[in-house]
Amino acid sequence: MSRYFTEDHEWIEVDGDVATVGITEYAQSQLGDIVFVEVPDEGKELSKGDDAAVVESVKAASDVYAPVSGTVVEGNEDLADNPALVNEDPEGEGWFFKMTLSDESELEGLMNEAKYQAFVSKL
Amino acid sequence: MSETLDATAETETPIETLPLDAWHRARGGRMVPFAGYAMPVQYEGIMAEHLWTREHAGLFDVSHMGQLLFSGVEFDAGLEKLLPGDVKGLGEGRMRYSLLLSEEGGIHDDLMMTRLPADNAFEIDGGTIYMVVNGATKWDDLGVFREFLPDEVTINHLEDQALLALQGPEAVTALARVLPGVEKLVFMTAAAFEWNGNPLWVSRSGYTGEDGYEISLPGEAAEAFADALTAQPEVKPIGLGARDSLRLEAGLPLYGHDLDLETTPVAADLGFALSKRRREEGGFAGAERILAEREQGSAMKRVGLIVEGRQPVREGAAVVDASGAEVGKVTSGGFAPSVQKPIAMAYVPAALAAAGTKITLVQRGKQHSAEVVAMPFVPHRYVRKGA
Repeated sequence: MSRYFTEDHEWIEVDGDVATVGITEYAQSQLGDIVFVEVPDEGKELSKGDDAAVVESVKAASDVYAPVSGTVVEGNEDLADNPALVNEDPEGEGWFFKMTLSDESELEGLMNEAKYQAFVSKL
Repeated sequence: MSETLDATAETETPIETLPLDAWHRARGGRMVPFAGYAMPVQYEGIMAEHLWTREHAGLFDVSHMGQLLFSGVEFDAGLEKLLPGDVKGLGEGRMRYSLLLSEEGGIHDDLMMTRLPADNAFEIDGGTIYMVVNGATKWDDLGVFREFLPDEVTINHLEDQALLALQGPEAVTALARVLPGVEKLVFMTAAAFEWNGNPLWVSRSGYTGEDGYEISLPGEAAEAFADALTAQPEVKPIGLGARDSLRLEAGLPLYGHDLDLETTPVAADLGFALSKRRREEGGFAGAERILAEREQGSAMKRVGLIVEGRQPVREGAAVVDASGAEVGKVTSGGFAPSVQKPIAMAYVPAALAAAGTKITLVQRGKQHSAEVVAMPFVPHRYVRKGA
């Protein structure tokens, strides 16, 4: 299993054929209290960079982008009733959706954890 | 991930600092540009700060607002040409909400004015009008006042004066410990106090719907006084983010969003700011249009909305009719921490303004259902005379 990060503060963890996507600890801390999350439906085809989900805090609305191309296999239904899960555990229980990858080589353009932490420390 | 909008941050340059700048930073305040100043948008989080204020007491720095004094020759009569309120009838120590109007009946700004008694904190004659105007509009307001008031009216802009607000049900307990006697003030009255040799002007008023106070004091005394307040167990510092969600729940309009030069007092549902004598006599900017609207009604009306579901519908969303045509606009909106629902203010056609009316909103291509409700969304808890 390996976890990758985007410059837009999404994380993606690949486990066999399926990857889980969410937003990072840094992203949730910047957004503040999250009050609404809209995740994509199963079967939705995503190209890298597409708007994949919506996350809204008290302060602002944000789009979550697809870090890679593929097909959604599951959205995290718990977030509809408990969007604060993203604040509490953004890189665990607060995941957004799971997807299959159509082009694994797209992962090569993403950051590993160490690179992402270095990236965030400069923001 | 990217932010598509930010309801609280406004980018303007250059950014100036206020007397409590270092104080906010030392307490973890996240500073953002607002009305030309660096201001704290939040400390621990908007939701927690909002709920703390509704239960205890929140300290807000609103030193960006404009504090003005009007004195000199016939300033009452001059002000009555620009404001629809009863300035002449305003007694000493009494405070009133009013509007700075344009010739066309639009709104330059909304404001609070108070008649100072001889014993005031500003070393100025009794009878002077003390006014607090919005930070983002104060320079334009000064231009309007200077243009339309006679030269014999003196305007002092108290640029070195800080302004703090202490809001919430425990504000009276906390402030009375620091300034004994403030508990005797009632809503919309004000008086002079002294603290450590500093003159303070204290009113029982605010912008949250809660009981509370606003305190004008010299900028150099602001840090020590803010420390004295936050030393009280009831008090935490609160940022602009919660100030916005609190005022939205209280149904209070925000200038530049819910009010502007295109909105009139009647459309904005601020008819209470037109005092009886002034309605009968007229003679204020825009009176012809405003008084006609008061009789016949305005085409549009500011209303409160509760939005179905959980997704906030924010400023800029469209109000649409059955055919999908835009007929109105959301001017403020967000998730309401005390109501636990998305709420909004919108301008809608008069035919859709009655409480209970179902309306449709469109935001980023998505439809939302909403219902018109009476405001405030959370009951006001002002402490009035005789209460």
